[in-house]
Amino acid sequence: MFIDFFFMMRRKGVPVSIKEWMSFIEALYEGHFQSSLNHLYHIGRAFLVKSEAYYDAYDLAFQEFFGGIATADVELDKVLGWLENPLNRLPKMSPEEIMEFQRQMEEFKRTHDLEELMRQFRERLKEQKERHDGGSKWVGTGGKSPFGAYGYHPGGIRVGGESWMQSASKVATERRFRNYRNDIILDVRQTKMALKKLRELKREGTEEELDIEETIDKTAKEGGEIELVFSKSRENSVRIILLMDTGGSMLPYTELCEKLFSAATQANHFKEFRHFFFHNCIYQDLYEDMANYKNVPTEKLFSLFNKNYKLILVGDARMAYSELFEVNGCIDYFSTNDKPGLDWLTRIRDHFPHSVWLNPTHKNFWGHYTVDTIGKIFPMYELTIDGLKDAIKALTSKTKNLLHQ
Amino acid sequence: MAGGLQGYSGSDDYIASKALMEIVNVAVILRKPLVVKGEPGTGKTLLAHSIARALDKKLLIWNIKSTTKARDGLYVYDTVQRLNDARFKDKDISDIRQYIKMGKLGQSFSSDEQVILLIDEIDKADIEFPNDLLNELDEMSFHINELDEEVTAKHRPIVIITSNSEKELPDAFLRRCLFYYIEFPDGEMMEKIIKVHYPDIEDKLVREALKKFYWIREMEGLKKRPSTSELLDWIKALALGGIKIEKINNEIPFLGTLLKNEQDTDRFVRVSTNQGGFGFRRR
Repeated sequence: MFIDFFFMMRRKGVPVSIKEWMSFIEALYEGHFQSSLNHLYHIGRAFLVKSEAYYDAYDLAFQEFFGGIATADVELDKVLGWLENPLNRLPKMSPEEIMEFQRQMEEFKRTHDLEELMRQFRERLKEQKERHDGGSKWVGTGGKSPFGAYGYHPGGIRVGGESWMQSASKVATERRFRNYRNDIILDVRQTKMALKKLRELKREGTEEELDIEETIDKTAKEGGEIELVFSKSRENSVRIILLMDTGGSMLPYTELCEKLFSAATQANHFKEFRHFFFHNCIYQDLYEDMANYKNVPTEKLFSLFNKNYKLILVGDARMAYSELFEVNGCIDYFSTNDKPGLDWLTRIRDHFPHSVWLNPTHKNFWGHYTVDTIGKIFPMYELTIDGLKDAIKALTSKTKNLLHQ
Repeated sequence: MAGGLQGYSGSDDYIASKALMEIVNVAVILRKPLVVKGEPGTGKTLLAHSIARALDKKLLIWNIKSTTKARDGLYVYDTVQRLNDARFKDKDISDIRQYIKMGKLGQSFSSDEQVILLIDEIDKADIEFPNDLLNELDEMSFHINELDEEVTAKHRPIVIITSNSEKELPDAFLRRCLFYYIEFPDGEMMEKIIKVHYPDIEDKLVREALKKFYWIREMEGLKKRPSTSELLDWIKALALGGIKIEKINNEIPFLGTLLKNEQDTDRFVRVSTNQGGFGFRRR
């Protein structure tokens, strides 16, 4: 029964592993938790969700599984209207009253389960037609009914309002972590982090690690006179070439591409980082500047850089049929090309076995003939953090890209 | 807390949210490492200090740097010293033990009482670093090759790990830990935090300062948004400088304590003049 929550989370996109789930359930059965939904929410999150990026998805799953208010078939706005501007705020309570209150709270927890409470709540809502302040049955403010806001029913359901007695168990509905979802945001810092995964360690650079074996050998040879031998420490040997589309259809994604670009230039852990620009598709020339004035023959790419360079292309891959498939198909009026763009792209792919194409448009929009064709030449990924991670995985894998045959 | 004899409920100089307290307690009972993540200035490091004080346990701090290796935390074998000693006959070098120096993790294992181990800013180290600690944290033991000896924790330490999310931590590592993300405190919480640090400051000053502070934080396009420590500095400056409350309404004195680079200051000036004085948005 409870296992459904596990599957609910997976469906909502929280990457919960079996190990995490098992340790959560174990702890649950060992009786370390308080029997409160609020507690379960926080502890469950600590056990099962390991990044704030998934907090929102967890909220959604929790809300759905443990019966959130939003899923109930009620007019929420109307109910919230009843709860606005409470007439009587919570009165001051004496210590005795607070004791009594806490006793009732325990009592309530024992006798009511949430399922039952939710059922009553939905029923009460169906019957209720108007606003209530005070009183002990209807959904309203300041009363003693288990439902509503600003009231003092121990352990009831709070509908809107602020937490007054800290006993409402529906924090999940607030979805405060919506902004942390990582399929939405891609900022420089995150991109840098993703790019940091792009590395191959080799022994290069200055000699600073003590090589014990060598030191002992050398010392023995010197007849006991200590001779310290240092070896080079490991350094990243990845060299990157970034080719970016600056075509008109890329305009909406300028900011996104700028972020990737600045992250890549700032990431100082690459052995070498080079970048060029192109307009819609690649022909005999690439450009060193975004305005496409300073041209560099594409042939140079092949003579200057060997196959160990990793190539990242960024573009929407969307263009007119002729731009990709025909001679002189180039979109710029004054440019001509004696080989179609497709030939150039294939040559580039053949020269650089480690290459990927990042597409800033959403996967759903990739059903376009030039996008399809280019996607068959270069493995194509979305320009999101997740897409970037997959792309980098593909770049660093020892095997060549599968599309390569 | 069921069976929680040593319940942690914050300490007098540290304000923890209820959820965080509950999770700390579960981590203590289940002896699971707790990974705490959050913006700078949300009190990640202070949490460990607070737990140590509240539970009256010794705190060991392992500060991670970009060059830190997992082995450094276990033990270091001082080869150079031994080689050096070998040249002269005045020392017995056959006992390797004297050249093995325990790292912080090693110390926490071999301690005679339960300690709290803070692994601070684990994301500063190499990406592989946390993975190298997997087994040690799981089994709470490690092997000293030079002595062929096993070091096993006498008392499993309470491990608190902080991360600034500079690098992402590996999944395999996170699976073995509890995770908590400290949100940036809201106004109410922040007021409490300020009270803890400066109990004597006028309420009204704090409230006005907070309004301004959150307004600046929400300003779009700032490179580095001011955090708790900047706010505390600023409030201290305001109080020491004897700034009148009305003055905060019209300008921001000591802006340099809040915004620390030129671009942000420019941006701030542009936005605040565009809005025609200071328009406040409620958080």
